[in-house]
Amino acid sequence: MSWFKRTGKGIQTTTEEKKDTPRGLWYKSPTGKIVDTKELEQNFYVSPEDGYHVRIGSKEYFEILFDDNEFKELDKNLESKDPLKFEDTKKYPDRLKAAQEKTNLKDAVRTAVGKSKGKDLVVACMDFAFIGGSMGSVVGEKIARAADYSLKNNVPLMVISKSGGARMMEAALSLMQLAKTSVKLAQLADACIPYISLCTDPTTGGTTASFAMLGDINISEPGALIGFAGPRIVRDTTGKELPEGFQTSEFLLEHGFLDFITHRKELKNKVNQYIDLISNQPLRA
Amino acid sequence: MEYLEFELPIKELEDQLQKCKVIGEESEVDVTETCAQIEKKLAVAKKDICKNLTPWQRVQLSRHPNRPYTLDYIHAICGDSFLEMHGDRNVKDDKAMIGGLGKIGNQSYMFIGQQKGYNTKTRQYRNFGMANPEGYRKALRLMKSAEKFGIPVVTLIDTPGAYPGLEAEERGQGEAIARNILEMTRLKVPIIAIVIGEGASGGALGIGVGDKVMMLENSWYSVISPENCSSILWRSWEHKEKAAKALKLTASDAKKIKVVDEIIKEPVGGAHRDREKIFSTVGDTIAKAYEGLKKLSPTDLISARMDKYLDMGVFKD
Repeated sequence: MSWFKRTGKGIQTTTEEKKDTPRGLWYKSPTGKIVDTKELEQNFYVSPEDGYHVRIGSKEYFEILFDDNEFKELDKNLESKDPLKFEDTKKYPDRLKAAQEKTNLKDAVRTAVGKSKGKDLVVACMDFAFIGGSMGSVVGEKIARAADYSLKNNVPLMVISKSGGARMMEAALSLMQLAKTSVKLAQLADACIPYISLCTDPTTGGTTASFAMLGDINISEPGALIGFAGPRIVRDTTGKELPEGFQTSEFLLEHGFLDFITHRKELKNKVNQYIDLISNQPLRA
Repeated sequence: MEYLEFELPIKELEDQLQKCKVIGEESEVDVTETCAQIEKKLAVAKKDICKNLTPWQRVQLSRHPNRPYTLDYIHAICGDSFLEMHGDRNVKDDKAMIGGLGKIGNQSYMFIGQQKGYNTKTRQYRNFGMANPEGYRKALRLMKSAEKFGIPVVTLIDTPGAYPGLEAEERGQGEAIARNILEMTRLKVPIIAIVIGEGASGGALGIGVGDKVMMLENSWYSVISPENCSSILWRSWEHKEKAAKALKLTASDAKKIKVVDEIIKEPVGGAHRDREKIFSTVGDTIAKAYEGLKKLSPTDLISARMDKYLDMGVFKD
């Protein structure tokens, strides 16, 4: 005799009665490893089995870098305009509005100052979720103002790049943000204030052609895509197959553009170790 | 531990001592006296060998497979404070030239140096301590970064020469070394340079211009390696011993002709015989040298450095 007896044949539960697993309970990494989202969060958003560094945004990076997640956000309310009346499949203002609603962010970068291991640090962190982390006037201005804050208060600056490149909807104006941010970085360099550039997955286009590659140290996370022209464009233009690992952070380290690659778990330690060493201060524990 | 030919008497005595100790452990026989005697003999033998080293033997010691290399020194001196930095921001990260920030006491230093490998695989990985142009450009980038933040520079020199390769020439080996030498003469922070092993030619001077230039007792420093000198002047590698003598490449000779300022004494038998001791000696020497140099203003520092190099050379007027 069986333990369970099925009286009726087939599935008879109505759709309304079916129980669903709550959304976002699990995360699946590209190699197929599955991890509990809670565990993922506790592991600095790195898949514990394969070390895959999940793409995260400013909220998570601030949480990782600032002590007790306490910080003051700078220029919180800066928003994009539509100077060129740009329209592709959507009008630019509509696209902005949709992105803002979807992400709850004002634009593709957030800047903040707070204590990291007890000392002030200015962090500008890009959000890929907002129109591919594209750099327009707002991103340029906010990074420039963050650098300005560093300059006035003599606080080290860290920029976390995560961007598909310049924002096409602001055309040449977004291109000029490369120059604007570089002006501020030049001033910062003249004042001998440390500037750390963290290139995360992905750092491409205009960001690599400006602030992402201009750090006193350029660092990255394992397996991040970093490059000027994206891999697809390079392949289509040259007609050649790309070598394995092309434009990964490991590739960039080998070719001399990164000082080191760090696991996200070590990020806060390494950044502060560098700051203490280069400013000749005793190392913080 | 590996032994060079002239180190064999040491090996013999060390083997004897080992055997003696084993006997002592395994049987009731009291071996303390015999052991003490052998140890005494060993100390005498080490001293004797070191006293009468020929220049060629010193060259061999400087290349001893067990001799500590740049990163061994840095890790021992700085411990966990060392943060290695990579890349020339141009074409490559040269594994033969390493660099990074580290602390001695509470003072930060920018360490730069050639790195050799300790087995076949790592020797290849480090290109036998022969840097490419990107290595010299990486060194310069780190020096410039140190200058920007007022951090003193320490270079540890250990190279059979800059890499004589096709691509090295294409990328401008000569230019890279030249640029380094020029920039180092006017770098605004103190530079302490120490030859820890081989100091061959432009490859060594490319990171070797400094306010205080020192050599370990069993290192060598010259315009060419004895082998290459022999093959150029005698047309054969056979005469390397003669060449080593003729080049006056030992630490004491280099001090005599004022190419270096100071000799750092090694433990009896060479740096590889007591690594901990040579690490602490070098660490202390660096800290002491910096104490002397930090009092000088950048202007005084640079003008003293420039004068020092302007004075080099001997001629009839």
